Amino acid sequence: MSTVEVATEIRPFNIDITEEQIDDLRRRIAATRWPSRELVDDRSQGVQLATLRELARYWTTDYDFRRLEARLNALPHSTTEIDGVEIHFIHVRSAHENALPLIMTHGWPGSVIELLETIGPLTDPTEHGGRAEDAFHVVLPSLPGYGFSGEPTELGWDTGRVASAWAELMRRLGYSRFVAQGGDVGAAVTDAMGRQAPKELVGIHTNLLVTVLAGGPPPAESEAEHAALEAVNTFRTSGSGYYVEQATRPQTIGYALVDSPVGLAAWMLDHDTDSYYKMSGAFVDGEPAGNLTRDNILDNITMYWLTGTGASAARAYWERAQAQARAAAAGQAPPEVSLPVIGFTTFPGEIWRSPRSWVEAGYPNLTYFHEAERGGHFAAWEEPELFSKELRAAFESVR
Amino acid sequence: MSTTETATEVRPFQIDTPDAELATLRGRISAARWPSNELVDDASQGVQSKMLQELARYWSAEYDFGRLAARLNALPQFKTEIDGLDIHFIHVKSEHEDALPLIITHGWPGSVIEMLEVIGPLTDPTAHGGSAEDAFDLVIPSLPGYGFSDQPTELGWDPSRTARAWGELMSRLGYSRYVAQGGDQGASVTDAMGRQAPDGLIGIHLNLLTSFPTDVGAALFGGLIPAGLFKRVAIAVLASRAAKKDPETLDAVAGLFRRGYIVEMPEHPQTIGYALTDTPVGLAAWMLDHDPDSYAKISNAFLGGQPSGGLTRERIVDNITLYWLTNTATSSARLYWEGFRAIFAAIASGEKPPELKLPVAFTVFPGEIFQAPRSWAEKVYPNLIYFNEAERGGHFAAWEEPELFSEEIRAAFRSVRNGSSS
Repeated sequence: MSTVEVATEIRPFNIDITEEQIDDLRRRIAATRWPSRELVDDRSQGVQLATLRELARYWTTDYDFRRLEARLNALPHSTTEIDGVEIHFIHVRSAHENALPLIMTHGWPGSVIELLETIGPLTDPTEHGGRAEDAFHVVLPSLPGYGFSGEPTELGWDTGRVASAWAELMRRLGYSRFVAQGGDVGAAVTDAMGRQAPKELVGIHTNLLVTVLAGGPPPAESEAEHAALEAVNTFRTSGSGYYVEQATRPQTIGYALVDSPVGLAAWMLDHDTDSYYKMSGAFVDGEPAGNLTRDNILDNITMYWLTGTGASAARAYWERAQAQARAAAAGQAPPEVSLPVIGFTTFPGEIWRSPRSWVEAGYPNLTYFHEAERGGHFAAWEEPELFSKELRAAFESVR
Repeated sequence: MSTTETATEVRPFQIDTPDAELATLRGRISAARWPSNELVDDASQGVQSKMLQELARYWSAEYDFGRLAARLNALPQFKTEIDGLDIHFIHVKSEHEDALPLIITHGWPGSVIEMLEVIGPLTDPTAHGGSAEDAFDLVIPSLPGYGFSDQPTELGWDPSRTARAWGELMSRLGYSRYVAQGGDQGASVTDAMGRQAPDGLIGIHLNLLTSFPTDVGAALFGGLIPAGLFKRVAIAVLASRAAKKDPETLDAVAGLFRRGYIVEMPEHPQTIGYALTDTPVGLAAWMLDHDPDSYAKISNAFLGGQPSGGLTRERIVDNITLYWLTNTATSSARLYWEGFRAIFAAIASGEKPPELKLPVAFTVFPGEIFQAPRSWAEKVYPNLIYFNEAERGGHFAAWEEPELFSEEIRAAFRSVRNGSSS
């Protein structure tokens, strides 16, 4: 963050999607040229043709292209320039006094769309099975290069820099005591906030254990550890292509993602086994897992398409890989997280189920750990009520 | 190869591309939607915007879409069904008696286009600085799932299966004494042919090392193999031995796996396939991002510099256009899925591949992804009869330096041809 901020103004934001944009997108989907069908009956060669064809059919014929705009414009959202990049964010204040300010960060291939259904339970808990004392003021920023935030035009926007920007955002909104939450890339940002420990930050909660990806192989002694390590290895050997490509050649894949809506959809659907089958099921069998409905999934893909952010979003992986390589070369261990609340929830469908021992290795001062009953990598999206309960429980002690 | 072949007929083949398809392609290139520029001044984030936009401009505005068909149709092309698939191949016989039959296999992101300029020097050496005794009869097939060959419709077309098909192809063409050559995926196929040693094959030449000494293989692939704890420890010990001996070369080979394409295509060829099938500029970017040396040369060809040998703009675009028109981006990527599955299965089984006893010749080109040390080649090929480090050329050596490449092939097979190697 630059030391001299000149543009601290917060401007209300309104999305305005033109008919031309929608027509062009619809036309491109309809004109898709398809490859031959995969030679297997499962996900082992990637996104299945039947799934993607049904997605394309639904997208052009049944999906309401105006819903994305309507959903976002129904919420108070704004932009403000931080460290040279225009940051888009949703900001919903609770009606309850003493609500705890919370900044939640989405990941890839997600966006603020992942988090919309948690706004109700978090800001208005009494309407959603909670108590007034559970209320949060919610801030949902779009990562730089994602959605309606600006794209960085210079190098260096790794997760550490985003974390600094988020602290500035919260200060700018007048919050002098707040907590932070994230999964996926958002977990890396939240972890970095925890280590930077701005004085206003009193707690973090994550639902992906990023400390495992940074260090050496974690222990595999107990049954839970062994199973988790096998899951990590399975991901690394059969599902990490998107990760390596984005971390090494974001521009190369970017051309395809910005020019082909169906290619973009396939790339985004192919994140992890659990979420793939859930999303595939929503299209092929018409049975969504929780809130991972066809419309919600397409809102997210449509947002990536309309904002043309396939390449800029992938660059976040490149930046993180560069930062990790620098840290490894310097041989410096990151500072420990020591905040009043350090919370973690393991969701059963996550790429690997982090056992408490692994979480404690990454966060020795862990204050909250729980294994949730349902939900996967996109826990907030899939199970917003259950996810919200986790946040209430995790942050209870700092209220 | 199935034991009962019913369709052994060899049929002449000509390419016929409807004008409407070419118009559609041109329209899609012109309508490309572009991302923001990379944030670096080099290729470290991937294919650079300036280069790809110039390629797109050239492709839609200057490139002669008729030339691909014209170039291929000027050559004797055929199709024949082997093991359930129609295989496309170019077959040029030398005028010289006693020419040695040679089957050359291309790789990814290549095609028969890579090999067209070696046809002259190899089949007609006296017109290209060689002697009549250097002549070859040439067979240049398209890999299954590539170009005008059929796409496999069932699993199992790994390099070994293609190698068996190539043995059948050569015997079907009446060749009872021949040699084989390949780089990239073509090197995997040619290596497999050497191990299968079909009747008639008397030697091979490679320009990429795809078999590795055990310790090097452990260092490269060990981390990718789902194996029990004991096997992991054994692999780690072997890997550390390799890392001590040849750290720089090992790092260069391992660098391969720091590029996304070689992780994505073996894992999820279908996923990347949708994008590559639907966007010509996306396909071009994916194909040009193969290795630093060839990328720099190709980039230079488009951005106003001199092309590096045969890597000219029109030939590069010929190759990309071939992938587009045949809609083979996905099926070609599946070869990586098949190849890696086969490697993992072999390592997991603990069985060593059959020893390659035939004479093996190897050329290292200076721009290749890694400079295979002679010691590695000797370890995996006990009957190494020829090893040379060429002066120029990179990963696409036949394409870039056809004359020099042809000289290597002549020199490599000279002793085999005369029967003095076995």
